[in-house]
Order: sequence, then structure tokens, then C-alpha cells
Amino acid sequence: MEERLRATDLSLGEKILSINWLLVALLCVIGGIGYAVLYSAAGGSPEPWAFRHAVRLAAGICVMLVLAMIDVRFWFRIAYPVFMVGVALLLAVDLSGIVAKGAQRWIDLGPIQLQPSEVMKIALILGLARWFHAGWLDDVKRPLFLVPPLLMVAVPVALVMLQPDLGTAITLISVGGTLFFAAGVRWWKFALVIAIGLAALPVGWEMMHDYQRQRVLTFLNPEEDPLGSGYHIIQSKIALGSAGLWGKGYLHGSQAQLNYLPEKHTDFAFTTLAEETGFVGATFTLFLFFAVVVLGIVAATRAHSQFARLVIIGLSMNFAVYVVINTSMVMGLIPVVGIPLPMISYGGTAMLTVLLGFGILLSADVHRDTPIQRFPKS
Amino acid sequence: MQQEAERIRWFRRRSVLLGAGTFGVFGGLVGRLWYLQMEQGERYQLLSEENRVNQRLILPPRGRVLDRAGRPLAENIPTYRVRIIRELTKDVPGTLERLAAVIPVTPERIAEVIRQVQARPRFVPVSVRDDLDWEEVSLIAVRAPELPGIILDSGMVRRYPEGPAAAHVLGYVGPVDEPELKSDADPLLQLPDFRIGKQGVERSYDPVLRGKAGLSRVEVNAVGREIRELDRDEGQPGQDLELSLDLELQRFCMNRLAAETSAAAAVVDVRTGGVLALASVPSFDPTLFQNGISTRNWGALRDDKLAPMVNKAFKGEYPPGSTFKMMIALAGLETGVIKPDTRIRCSGSTWLGRIEFHCWKKGGHGAVDLQRSLEVSCDVYHYEVARRLGIDRLAEYARRFGLGERTAIDLPGERPGVMPTVAWKKAKLKQPWHKGETLISGIGQGYVLATPLQLAIMTARLSNGGYKVSPWLVRGGPRHMACCGAMAEPVGVAKEHLDLVLGGMHRVVNSPAGTARAAALLTPGVQMGGKTGTSQVRRISKADRLSGAYKRKDIPWEQRDHALFVGYAPFTEPRYAVAVVVEHGGGGSAVAAPIARDILDRVLQLDGQPVQAPDGKSA
Repeated sequence: MEERLRATDLSLGEKILSINWLLVALLCVIGGIGYAVLYSAAGGSPEPWAFRHAVRLAAGICVMLVLAMIDVRFWFRIAYPVFMVGVALLLAVDLSGIVAKGAQRWIDLGPIQLQPSEVMKIALILGLARWFHAGWLDDVKRPLFLVPPLLMVAVPVALVMLQPDLGTAITLISVGGTLFFAAGVRWWKFALVIAIGLAALPVGWEMMHDYQRQRVLTFLNPEEDPLGSGYHIIQSKIALGSAGLWGKGYLHGSQAQLNYLPEKHTDFAFTTLAEETGFVGATFTLFLFFAVVVLGIVAATRAHSQFARLVIIGLSMNFAVYVVINTSMVMGLIPVVGIPLPMISYGGTAMLTVLLGFGILLSADVHRDTPIQRFPKS
Repeated sequence: MQQEAERIRWFRRRSVLLGAGTFGVFGGLVGRLWYLQMEQGERYQLLSEENRVNQRLILPPRGRVLDRAGRPLAENIPTYRVRIIRELTKDVPGTLERLAAVIPVTPERIAEVIRQVQARPRFVPVSVRDDLDWEEVSLIAVRAPELPGIILDSGMVRRYPEGPAAAHVLGYVGPVDEPELKSDADPLLQLPDFRIGKQGVERSYDPVLRGKAGLSRVEVNAVGREIRELDRDEGQPGQDLELSLDLELQRFCMNRLAAETSAAAAVVDVRTGGVLALASVPSFDPTLFQNGISTRNWGALRDDKLAPMVNKAFKGEYPPGSTFKMMIALAGLETGVIKPDTRIRCSGSTWLGRIEFHCWKKGGHGAVDLQRSLEVSCDVYHYEVARRLGIDRLAEYARRFGLGERTAIDLPGERPGVMPTVAWKKAKLKQPWHKGETLISGIGQGYVLATPLQLAIMTARLSNGGYKVSPWLVRGGPRHMACCGAMAEPVGVAKEHLDLVLGGMHRVVNSPAGTARAAALLTPGVQMGGKTGTSQVRRISKADRLSGAYKRKDIPWEQRDHALFVGYAPFTEPRYAVAVVVEHGGGGSAVAAPIARDILDRVLQLDGQPVQAPDGKSA
């Protein structure tokens, strides 16, 4: 049954040729936009953010391309171990993480600080992809088959909620759901889970930290406390709204330049961008993000193994969820959650994990014709 | 194999759905952007402006006040202040200590500054002292390296180069007080550095002098630091005022009066009503009020019996005494109760019923006609004319010459004087009029009160051929326009009657028997007309009269007579009228007349008055 598949081992040249260079180029363009935004956020200076952003971008792209060369079966092999490591890291953070902004999210690994929740997103995708790789549609129809992957989502979500990190929890649930969906899980099962989730909302509200509740309340009525927690959203909306069609001009976004906008270089980088380039610039940037996601979806449908398909679509949707959550937040559509805008917000770990994800995505795309056994021996 | 194909089919279908979903969500995001940036854009632009723009008023420079030759009477000079900015210095108390070693700063002030500095954002300058002189400014500038965070800054203060000499006319400026803030909506008043006119021209022309506030729009960041100025409207500087006042003459009058304890003089142009000098001694230093006067200084000025704050030239009311006799004579002629040659016998006193009314000359003047009655200032003649006139007819003529009502000069606080009538007494004192009071009024005593300015205007209206000129101070001001916009209204008396009275006034100064014969002009070839007045401030008892004590110089100052003189020059072609009142100065002829003469000499000299051919009219 493997006769249609190409030779299992590709030469390096073949691999490089089959890299999705359009996707790489798009990522570089988005990263370049990030440089421009950070340059402007610093009042027209490469210091302290833009230069380092560029360095990380270059390094990250290199890492991504190197990862793309790795055989997809390697990812398949390490999928479960990585998932275990991810869970272990989350546990470690919960137990001994350092406190940042009232939330334990970081683990110190000497020179770099690792954000286990970022690792977990990729680990979850790999883990779920591997699980569903083994399942035919008949298997997927069996509720029992869905129990282990549900647990694979639930455990990290629970650990992330403990940190507490609402944003990552939502991302994990969204990405996990996407994979379930792509794997062919029936609509009514989603409906059931969503219904259960809604029923559990009051319980969840009870379990939320005060600051999380405050965020939700603030989101529902930001004007109530304009100088307190609603300040972020109000200022962000003012910055966006005052930009108009063409924006206030590069380096002339008053809200960001005058520091009315908090976190203008990290979580609210999109606002900085939109204030200076207006509706046109913001829409164009959103289009670039969307193009990346579409390229990912197209790549996924080309792959010949279910694992590669699921990994590619999972990572693409992970990227999309990032973008949507961040931009919805700065536009006042959802509560403020600490999720950066990929490739644009300042932050080394976030950039590296995004590009790490794309490295795996490209690897799966490059090796789209590589066959993977349903149940490998190891 | 078939299972794999089915799985791929499903996956593709689901991928398309996911792609569509993503498209939908991104479309929603773009829609949201459209809503925020395009639909609500204007609202957010407004909010953004509010966020970042602070509007600040700019104080326009106050208009200057100039005399009639363009010499400055009030101007603005730069003042320097020293301020401290916290963020520029590591150690605020230390820096202030070092500053105090360079220029005097009291320890209390230092403590206050430290408190203010801590209470405000770190980049806001706090004033340490704001009245530095040049020496202090240079000292600080030289030591600048050791005084981090100390900055020098300049503003404007009002300066009155003439000091006390013109203080009564100019008034002064001071900080805005609560009632002024309530009654005036001009945003300028909100500025802490704004000074508002409190007295004199500074007050009556404050709206013109203050100008219009400028506006500076400044971009500020989230903590209020100013980033840059966006635009600036300089506003409108206050207009300069040109006064009719002559600085030289004003100064001369002040100096000439300075020898007296308390005195006032007014000089007006008889043809235009322009006020050339409005002097009053003692005076005050207008600069004292700049930053709010100290309680001690204010108390001293307020409690001073000589009222240095009051310009007596238009706020002081005095019995006009014999300077009022022109009114009696003119009213008598006009009403026909006397003829020019009507002679009245003066035996030193006259009787009304059982009351004796004395002439100032004990033995009397004998038979006196109109001109002689003025020349020798015979009281009995004027008692008699006044008796024939009655108070109401007398008052009517006096009013035509500006007595008994405000001259409406463009200065605040003018007093109206008093020209009594029967009705006036009834309304004011609820008493009937007595005939004796009419007689007393005939010599400008009793209820009659006039300001020196009113007397000068009366003299002007007599000497200019009978036109109702009114005084004004500011060229182009409403009073100037009112009197010069049209030909002045005639007073309504016959020319020959006026000439008779003026002839009498000429004789006062120029005939050997005149009461002011010692005060003829020194300007060669020019003659003046005038009238002396000596008004009593207390009743002279019979005992006084017998002993002659009331004329002596050793009675207390407050009980001595006021010395008055009104005059005009040149006699043939009158230009200037003057009125001088020396409070408790004694006799008008001895004290007031020489002052008036000197003032008229001076004003003629200042005018470069050509020497006129002596005319033969002098008697």
C-alpha cells in the first residue's frame, strides 16, 4: 500500500527546493513589519527593541529552516515524549516558576527563560497529531477513542489555568479543538462539549482569580474604570479609532509615541501599527497573517500522511488563534489576555516558539510524501 | 487504502471549513477595524486630541500708557525669576541650600519649595523667587554648573518710570481678586501672572490695556510632560494709551505742590477739555501694588490722614469759596437782578433779619460794581446778588458750568461735589432751606462743594467763550470722542456777560487792587485771569472775629482755611485753565495764586507759547 509514495529519503537539495519559500518570505515580511513597529514604538530608534527583534528574527528564520530539513518521522517519534516534557515543564512551573506579572509562566534555564506554555502548544499539536494519525474515521467515531486526546487537552489546560494563564488556556483549547475537527470528529460532539463548557462557566467563574474576573468585567464595561484596568482597552481603541483610513503617519502615532498606549511594543504592538498606518495598513497586515494561514491550510491538504496534515493544520491554526486573540483584544472584542502578536510583538521566546512551530510545519510540508506507519515499532 | 482516501476527503472538507472559518474571523476583525477607524473615527480622534493636547493661555503684553508727547508713563519691563526642576537635580534640598548661598532665600521659603516640588510631577518647575535683580541673575548664571535643576526664567512687570508723580492718574495694577474674577469672564483673569488695573487709567481702561489672551496648544504625554508646541496664537497685545497729560507739567505740578502738606491742582485745555495735569500731594508708589501690597504698607497708606491714595484733584471736595463768585455774578447778569453797573454798598457786613453776614474786609469796600466785586472779592456784593437770585436760580447757572455733578472724566472714583438747591436739602437733610444759606452760598461756602477739576472746568467754560467742554484723559477714549466728536454745546449765557466776568478775573491778577496782583504771569507779554478763594473750614465766632485770631498762623493745621485759586491764560486767547486747592493752606491770594501762576507759566513755556503783543485791555 506504500507503492505510491516516493522514496523515503530526500536529498538535502530536494528538501531545500521543496521548502515553501512563499511562506518563508511572508514570515520575513511580517517580521520586517514588526521591526518597523518596534522602531516607531521606541520613538524612532532601533534601540531598545527593533534591533534585537531583527536579530531574533534572523536567528529564528535560520532555526526554522534547519528544523525544516529534519525528517518528519523524527517529529512523529518524539511527539509523545515532547508532550510529556511539556506537561512536566508546566508542572515544574506551577511548582517553582518565577513570578512574572502575578502569573507564574516562566522557567529559568540559565541564559534563556523558557515559557513552557509556548512549548506546550507545539507539544499538544504533535501529540494529538500522532494520536489521530493512528485513527481511521471509524476509530474517530468511537467515543472511547476520543478519551485519551481529550485528556491530552484537558491536562495541560488545567495546568495552565493554575498558573494562571487564561490566554494560553483558550489557545490550547482552540488549537486542540481544531485538530479534533480536522481529524473528522462529528459536529454534534463539539456541540456537546461546548454545551458542557457553557454549563461549567459559573463553576469556572468561581475558580477564577480576582484579576481574571476583573479582566472579564473590565472588558464588559471598560469605561467604568477609565484609569484602572479599563485604561488599556480605552487607550487602544482611541489609538486605533483616531487613525482613520491612512493613519497618522509612520512615527507620528501620538497615542503610542506619547505613552498613552501601554505595552505599545508587546501586546499592543498591533495598535501602534494601526495608529500610524490606519485602516489600510492594519488590514494589509491582517491580510498577510491570513495569507500565512491559508498557505498552511493548502500545505496541509497536500500532505500524504495524516500526521503531517494534522501537524501542519494544527500549527497554522495555532498561528491564526494567536493573531485573532491578540488583535481582538486590542480592538476591544475580548478581554485583555497576555498574548503577543506573532512576529511583530517584542519578545524573544514568543518569536522563537512561533518560528520553531513553522520549522516543524515546513518540515512536515517538505516531507509531505514521506510515509509514516500507523503503528511504528518503537 | 480506501480508509486513507476517505480520511483525506474528510480532512480536505474540514480544512476548507477551517479556512472559511478563519476567513470569516479575519473578515470580522477587518469589520471591527472599519467600525473603529472609519465609522467611529471622528469620536476617537477627538478623544485622542483631548488626550494629548493641553491648551495654555498666553499672557499678552499690557498696553503702555504714554503722555501727550509719547513719553512712557507706564510700561512693561522684564523681570527674572528662579525656578527649580526636580528631575534635573539629584538633591533638591542640597541644591536649594547652595542657591541660598548665592542669593538670599529664606529658610521658610526653602521648606515651602521642597514641599511644592514633592507634591508635583518631577518635571514641573517650581518658582523659588520671582523678583531677581540683574546682579542676582548674573550670580546664578555664573554658578549654574553647581546648581543643577535651577533655571532662570523671565516675565514682565509693570513699571511706572514717574513713580509717585503720575501715580494718581495712572493708578496701579495688582493681582486679580475674588470679586473681579466673578464679574469678569475673560479667561486672562485665570492666569496667575495676570495683573489687573485697580485704580486710575489702569482700571478705567483695563479692557483696552490688557489685550486678548493668546493660546498655545501643547502636546503632552501620558504623565503630562510637554513634548512640543503644536501651534500658537499670540493673541492681541494690549493697546497703548496716549493721554492728554503732559508728563513735564504733571511732574512740575507735583514738585510745585510738594512744599504743601496736602494740595491738588488740575490743568485743562479750555478748548478741548484735555487734562494736562492732575496733581495731588502727598502721593504713593504705584509699584508697591504689583505683587499685592504688604499689609503694613497698605495700612500705612490707608490710615494716613492726608489720604495719599486719593487723587484730590477729582476726588477731593472743597467749599469753592470766592472762586465761586463768577457764578453769582454771571447768574445775576443773566437773570437781570443786577446790571453791569449796579453798585452795591459794602460796609463790611450785611444783615439778614437779625443775623449779620461779614465781608472778609473789616471796613468794607464801599460802593462796588460787578467787576470790582471780583477784583477785590467783595463778600457783601455777592451776598446781596445771591439773596436776589435765590439758591435755585444760582444753582441752575452753576450746573451749567459743571458744578454739582461729575465731570465724567475717564477715571474711576470721581466725586460729584455739591450744588445745593431747596429740593436737594429737603431730600438729603429733610430740612427746609434757610435764606441765610443762600447768602453763604453766595461766597462759595455752606453746602457748596467742588473738586479742583470741576473748578478748572468751570474756568475753562468761562474763558473759552461759554462752551461746555468736559475733561478727558485718554486720546481716542470715549470721553475724548464725546467732547471732540462734535462742537461743544454752548453753556447758554450772553457773550457780553461772560466778557464782563472775565474782565473782573483779569483785574484780580492785573490791577493794583486785585487780590492776586502779586501773582501776575512771569511770561513776558502774556496775561492771565483768575480768582482767589479762601474757604473756611470752621465757623468763625464773634470772639475770633474781634480778636482777629482766625487769621493767625498759629491755629491748628486742620482748622486753617483752604487756599484756592482758579485761573486761565493767555487772557486774550485763553488756552489753559488751572485750579489749585491747598488744604488748610491759608489765604488763596498768598498761597494758591502763586502756585497757579507758576503752573500757567510752565504750561505756556512747555507749549512754546510765542510772546504775544501786550494788549491794551489790561486795566
